[in-house]
Amino acid sequence: MSNEEFPLLSELKKGPWPSFVKEIEKTAEKKPEMKDLLKQLERSYEDKITYWKHGGIVSVKGYGGGVIGRYSFLAKECPGVAEFHTMRVNQPAGWFYTTKALRTICDIWEKYGSGLTNMHGSTGDIILLGTTTPNLQPCFNELAKNGFDLGGSGSALRTPSACVGPARCEFALIDTLDICHELTVTYQDELHRPMWPYKFKFKVAGCPNDCVASKARSDFAIVGTWRDEIKVNNEEVKKYAEQGVDIKVQVVDNCPTKCIEWDEEKKELKIDNSNCVRCMHCINVLPKALRPGDDRGAVILMGGKAPILEGPVMGWVVVPFMKLEPPYDNLKELAENVWDFWDENGKFRERLAELIERVGMMRFLEAIGVEPDPRQIKEPRTNPFYFWKEEDLKPRVDPWEIWRKAEKEM
Amino acid sequence: MSSEPVEEYISDIGPPHYSEMLPPVIKNNYGKWKYHEVLKPGVLLHVAESGDKVYSVRVGSPRLLSVYTIKEVCDLADKYCDGYLRFTSRNNIEFLLTDESKIDPLIEEVEKLGFPVGGTWDTTNAKYALSNIVHTQGWIHCHTPAIDASGPVKALMDELFDHFKNMDLPGLCRISIACCLNMCGAVHASDISLVGIHRTPPVVDDDVVRRTCELPSTVAGCPTGALRPDMKNKTIKVDEEKCMYCGNCYTMCPGMPLFDPENGGVAILVGGKLSDARSPARLSKVVVPYLPNNPPRWPEVVDTIRRILEAWAAEAKPHERIAEWIDRIGWEKFFEKTGIDFRVQVIDDFKGSRWTFRTTTQFRW
Repeated sequence: MSNEEFPLLSELKKGPWPSFVKEIEKTAEKKPEMKDLLKQLERSYEDKITYWKHGGIVSVKGYGGGVIGRYSFLAKECPGVAEFHTMRVNQPAGWFYTTKALRTICDIWEKYGSGLTNMHGSTGDIILLGTTTPNLQPCFNELAKNGFDLGGSGSALRTPSACVGPARCEFALIDTLDICHELTVTYQDELHRPMWPYKFKFKVAGCPNDCVASKARSDFAIVGTWRDEIKVNNEEVKKYAEQGVDIKVQVVDNCPTKCIEWDEEKKELKIDNSNCVRCMHCINVLPKALRPGDDRGAVILMGGKAPILEGPVMGWVVVPFMKLEPPYDNLKELAENVWDFWDENGKFRERLAELIERVGMMRFLEAIGVEPDPRQIKEPRTNPFYFWKEEDLKPRVDPWEIWRKAEKEM
Repeated sequence: MSSEPVEEYISDIGPPHYSEMLPPVIKNNYGKWKYHEVLKPGVLLHVAESGDKVYSVRVGSPRLLSVYTIKEVCDLADKYCDGYLRFTSRNNIEFLLTDESKIDPLIEEVEKLGFPVGGTWDTTNAKYALSNIVHTQGWIHCHTPAIDASGPVKALMDELFDHFKNMDLPGLCRISIACCLNMCGAVHASDISLVGIHRTPPVVDDDVVRRTCELPSTVAGCPTGALRPDMKNKTIKVDEEKCMYCGNCYTMCPGMPLFDPENGGVAILVGGKLSDARSPARLSKVVVPYLPNNPPRWPEVVDTIRRILEAWAAEAKPHERIAEWIDRIGWEKFFEKTGIDFRVQVIDDFKGSRWTFRTTTQFRW
């Protein structure tokens, strides 16, 4: 494209960071209709407004989601993008690919779509950006024939995602890829056929570093942790110190509970594990010398979400520790209990956090069968406004009866 | 009736099993990694208990990729990585190598394609590069954005490019951009987050509302009770005094857009983190309630982010993230040191605001 034609977008071809405008241009070289995307986008840059219409129901046979319908307000001026639907394709767990698989997806998308993608969408899917209604079904059929399937959209389970986990990280305390895959294939119906009050997201992080942002970005965050002692190899600590790592400044001073001691003379590190909160900092700094313990499992935090509707939420600890072994029946049972409660009690477009806040954490925990634990809270409540059940109490005594009886006796 | 043979309809198969996608060195050492080192910016070495080594070369991408670029990237993965590669949770491409001698030739080729190597951090030595920006769709494909997303990312990463290439920051800094409050990018727990906001109420088109909206659910979906149904005219009335422009109504009902090109803009939030390392994970807080939506390069936004980043980088102790720096110096000093105007909108008046007011006489002057 000539820079005169799209002067504002051309500004974004300059500079060292790879340019998304050049990526769109690349598709336009092969597919003339993609020039209309540049045209529409340039118009958005001029007018500071989107020219995409609101939704539109399109899908593939048997599915209620996975395709986002998109139509242009500039259909006449930019006919090439008059219909420009997105297909969400479920990524393999951990975003690993063979080039063969990637080329297959590219070939299918070159044939049936715009040739433009997001690697990846915010939830984790491969996003195939822009195709027409008639192309949706054949594109899906071809993807399915090659082993790929659509992800979630609408009021459904959204595509679960996981950090790199045990595939390439020594910190992984749970098998994030396997848990992610297992949940995805178990809940295909929930993923493809929206049936809930609103969206629901799973994310799986291997350790408290949370590289997949599970705590903020999923209704049901599964985060690896451990309960026993950090394994210390003092020989390796010594080597780090000799290489110039200032153990006091880098490690000891940064320990949030001050449970680490460093003997400068003996070059020895000691950890008071009874006061360790398993934050990962010391392990992050000294990966050769320190390792998490062997009593491993996951913390389950629930309710993480973005500001719509009642403000943003960082996931709340519901289960402080859970052992996770395939086929993860305990995890699935927990998730299904949550969904049952949400189905029964959730209002339209109410995310899990908003439901929990409305009905109360106490009632929620009871409904899903989770025992109370001090690790679920930052601090106890400051008010005594709570509910009791009949079985907690002795038979009700009527104060009026007491007083009237007393009056009679006088 | 058609006489064509009926093909079996394949559906609900889920994604390919991840094990089909793992390179042999990963498969052989799955769950048995021992430690890692950062060899240089953008290059990680992971060593397994078996002694096997895998080198990861991290490459920044704009997330929006054409299939032609993906195929060029595949060519490199075929040449250097036996036909395997991965992507990260922050839109980077990662090449996984077993032959150390191939690292530099790969870097040369991938940078020739226009994709920079970097975005890593060496926690052992407290040297951190800026990671790639997580972001949403914007004007390229979304129907609700208050701002673009890819454009501000490009403008910012051009400006902060050296921090991506060099591990010259004292701690992790994660920047994220969401083009509206729906936040499909869920950027609300980032060190620095940018959010597209509206500042004027929806404009109701009665006819479109009648044709396309379900009144009760739209009305019920307003978090401040600013909507009421006008049953006689089968439309919705907005109490403009109560509206705080979240846009939830427009998400549900196409008849009431909030777009206002000269009033929409960007809010900046800081001090979120997701890792529990050192201090607990927490949400980001609004420090700049509004900056203008100024394409193609959003100079006011870029300038403000640079100021925040530089003030923090100049002062932070090793590993200290923006949230932890603010813990140490206090919010009043944050505004002083960054030169950001403290505006009244920053004081919370939504739900839960009582927990954000200071209840102590401890402050810094």
